[in-house]
Amino acid sequence: MSRLYPFGILAELTYGCPLHCPYCSNPRDLGDPRDELSLAEWERVVTEGAELGALQLHLSGGEPLLRRDITAIVSAASAAGLYTNLITSGLGLSERRARELRDAGLDHVQVSVQAAEAGTSDAIAGLRSFGRKLSAARLVKSLGWPLTLNVVLHRHNLDQVGEIIDLAESLGADRLELANTQYYGWALANREVLLPSRAQVTRAEAVVRDAVKRLRDRMEIIWVLPDYYEKYPKPCMGGWGARQMTVTPYGDVLPCPTAHEVPLPRANVRDHSLWWIWEESPVFNAYRGTDWMPLPCRDCARRDVDFGGCRCQAFALTGDAARTDPVCELSPDHRIIERAVGAASALDADVSARTTGAWPAPRVAGPSSAADASAP
Amino acid sequence: MPSIMPTPASNTGSSPADGAGARPRLAPHVRLAYDRARGKPVLLAPESVTTLNETGAAIAELCDGTRTAAEIAVALRDRFDDVDEDEVAAFIDRLTALRCLRREQPGEPG
Repeated sequence: MSRLYPFGILAELTYGCPLHCPYCSNPRDLGDPRDELSLAEWERVVTEGAELGALQLHLSGGEPLLRRDITAIVSAASAAGLYTNLITSGLGLSERRARELRDAGLDHVQVSVQAAEAGTSDAIAGLRSFGRKLSAARLVKSLGWPLTLNVVLHRHNLDQVGEIIDLAESLGADRLELANTQYYGWALANREVLLPSRAQVTRAEAVVRDAVKRLRDRMEIIWVLPDYYEKYPKPCMGGWGARQMTVTPYGDVLPCPTAHEVPLPRANVRDHSLWWIWEESPVFNAYRGTDWMPLPCRDCARRDVDFGGCRCQAFALTGDAARTDPVCELSPDHRIIERAVGAASALDADVSARTTGAWPAPRVAGPSSAADASAP
Repeated sequence: MPSIMPTPASNTGSSPADGAGARPRLAPHVRLAYDRARGKPVLLAPESVTTLNETGAAIAELCDGTRTAAEIAVALRDRFDDVDEDEVAAFIDRLTALRCLRREQPGEPG
């Protein structure tokens, strides 16, 4: 295999977040905020990451703005030549803070909304936040940054996709990411209430297709299908340990943000250099390349196209991370996906009542108290 | 955080607006940089890295919203032999389709 370099580092600065979305990407166990990496440790991570070949630093969480020293982390990343990208709920982005981040060299800001209007957005977020999010988005534009609006889509907002696009347009967004929920962790626990029906997906796709055409010179629209509705699995992260590194708030380094769910030996920046972790650690080498592949992946013409799909999804759904991603219609476990999609589509008649009524309580609530504990 | 995963996006893309009078410029979220690890110039965007060669980087550098493709080709002749104006225009079209460049039509505010 030719030498691999990471392109990007996802820095999960904290698992703390004022929102409690039922598809939260945080792990189910939020850990102890007192163990979060220090500023000096983050400075070392970004410097080593740039030396290793990374070009981009994504600042995420949780809500990364809960870290009071985020500006210093951005400064260190900019000094190391990294393209810096803040992924935020928008809460905590005051004008003073935004100016400090801009002066520190922050290149790009992504602000999330949960829906096209306050009622649904606030219900999904578990907090009255929609107005503050719009203010943050406008602030980003007024300071001359490009704006990406991020929206996670699911059964309860997919039918609003046209209104979401209108909102992005009215905010002057340069990019709109319409990312259907990926079913890991919290989202998998709440899949029953989140997975859209096939009819919803088809309707939304038609709306998005028209908008892409209409807005092509003004706004880039990125549409991420729910992979449950794809024929083949997503080429997750461009292959295990091939392009990206995720650093958790406590310094564990993973090939992707959900890999903590896969039982592999931990590799932590407090014990090792980023170079060692990328090159040598068991966690980064576990599913690199194609040697680990089972049938049908091993003999498949698509094995270098989708790399067997997602290891975390294989583990979450079958208990074995080395199986073919069940999303693949060639997978012997594909019936797991068919059952979930069948159940979601049978619920379709129920959807309009649900989306116009109150937000149904998720089966498992989003993360709450542990996350709040780290709020300054 | 699915939004930063680089792979599952099925970007439906766009065909570049046609017009020889357009003056391309780097999109606001795109930065021209040098990738030391791989020894190549690159265009950095929040979720993509586009690798360029030396000529490509020279063209991207000249895309500042003040020059047409034809004017960029003329400027390149100071640095390179055999600059083909059609190839420059085609390269600009490709970068526009990749959302790295925006075209400003004459009379359109920036």
